[in-house]
Amino acid sequence: MIHALREALAAFRRAPLLTALSAAMIGLSLLVVGLFGVATWNVNRVLDEVEDRVEIVAYLRDSASPREVTGLQEALVERPDVAEVFYVSREQALQVARRDMAEFDSIFSSLDTNPLPASLEIRMVPAYRDADGVRAVAAAAGEAPIVEDVRFGADWLDKVFLLRRVAGAASVVLGATFGLVAALIIGAAVRISIFARKEEIEIMHLVGAADRFIRGPFLLEGLFTGMLGGGAALGATFVVYRVLSGRVVELAWIPVEWVAIGLAAGALLGMMASAVAVRRYLRTA
Amino acid sequence: MIRFENVVKRYARATALDGVSFQLGKGDFCFLTGHSGAGKSTVLRLLHMAERPTSGDVRVSGYSASKVRRRDIARLRRKIGYVFQDFRLLQDRTAAENVAFALEVTGAKRSEIRTRVGRLLSHVGLAAKSGALPSQLSGGEQQRVAVARALANDPLVLLADEPTGNLDERATRGVYELFREISAAGTAVVFATHDLELVRRAPFARVLELDHGKIVFDSAARGAA
Repeated sequence: MIHALREALAAFRRAPLLTALSAAMIGLSLLVVGLFGVATWNVNRVLDEVEDRVEIVAYLRDSASPREVTGLQEALVERPDVAEVFYVSREQALQVARRDMAEFDSIFSSLDTNPLPASLEIRMVPAYRDADGVRAVAAAAGEAPIVEDVRFGADWLDKVFLLRRVAGAASVVLGATFGLVAALIIGAAVRISIFARKEEIEIMHLVGAADRFIRGPFLLEGLFTGMLGGGAALGATFVVYRVLSGRVVELAWIPVEWVAIGLAAGALLGMMASAVAVRRYLRTA
Repeated sequence: MIRFENVVKRYARATALDGVSFQLGKGDFCFLTGHSGAGKSTVLRLLHMAERPTSGDVRVSGYSASKVRRRDIARLRRKIGYVFQDFRLLQDRTAAENVAFALEVTGAKRSEIRTRVGRLLSHVGLAAKSGALPSQLSGGEQQRVAVARALANDPLVLLADEPTGNLDERATRGVYELFREISAAGTAVVFATHDLELVRRAPFARVLELDHGKIVFDSAARGAA
């Protein structure tokens, strides 16, 4: 192990340009993955915010007694898909309307009676917050005799969830494609670096080195080059993020777990590419 | 120590060796001669277990080519030194590092490697040039480094494939003398060469001449007759 580490570090010293080239190729291919990660994270964040606003409003009949209202409220909260149910009285509804629609204040002032009904605002548990889940809760609320009407923006909801599905599928397909392209480029970069040292492998065989002994330094070298490339990609992604964020569009930085996964993936890809490339030479030797 | 038993080696388009048999013992010096393509390098590659015979058997230091496992080949090669016409030195490492390379694979300690490398380079007359890169050495000096590397693990057998092919007369003589000393110390030497003048200068050595994959002359057989 110590020999493998010493040789891997010595290889960087002996051929710094080749190492830099390999790390740069790995870095550039992972930069694409990194930028894609930032884009995916931000699209998901926006969709989460939009979905957070999904709300079902059950408008109550004026004849509903407080007891009936409380009964329905309790029945809804007991459902596993419902997180919270707020009662909004007719007076509160009018206050909100006057606040949110200040331009119609004169109309509201001239009214003799409050035309707005009381309502129950129902918030869903996030795990159940898809189109079918929302419809099921809305239908359940609508069945209560004290409920006059239920609104949840059905058309808008369908579009949000369709967008979520498309974005999800696109991120899987594009992510897999970018990942594969990065893996192929990393494989090629490492193969070039190992090809340059083909003679060294031949001589190692010549003097009686075991396969394990030959493989060790190359695996570590691949690991270090991958880490170096991954670090460079992370730095470059951050620079691009800082340049774009605030100037072109408001962006959020990816979570630390994603950063860790990206760096680990770079290192692992480098090591695996090395293992595959060295195996070819070991087989032919 | 070395035994070729009716060895046949066929490739897709040609037969490289056809029924070759011979034996060598400790300290024997054997020249392999013959024109290009006669089968000299194939004999060396079979001895190094880089290839296996199509039929027959090759035995080196107790290992049989028909039974040897891949990991045993690595172990066997530590007992076999190999020297090539083109030296095969690592160009980005010094003479000492090239020799040390052969010791590192055995897991020897660094202090032990340092001492041994110094002794080996002194033995081939290059103690003063241990820090030189191959590009800073002459052909003869590079071949001496290759010989030092081949001797690093006290080999039982030393294989040499046209080791003087790229050297001038003086360097050839120097390298050849080195091989004689190595043989005298108990290592079996198999020396493939075109250089008949060199062969003539060594009446003590056994000579095997190959032609189209067959032994057409064996000095030991003539001696016995």
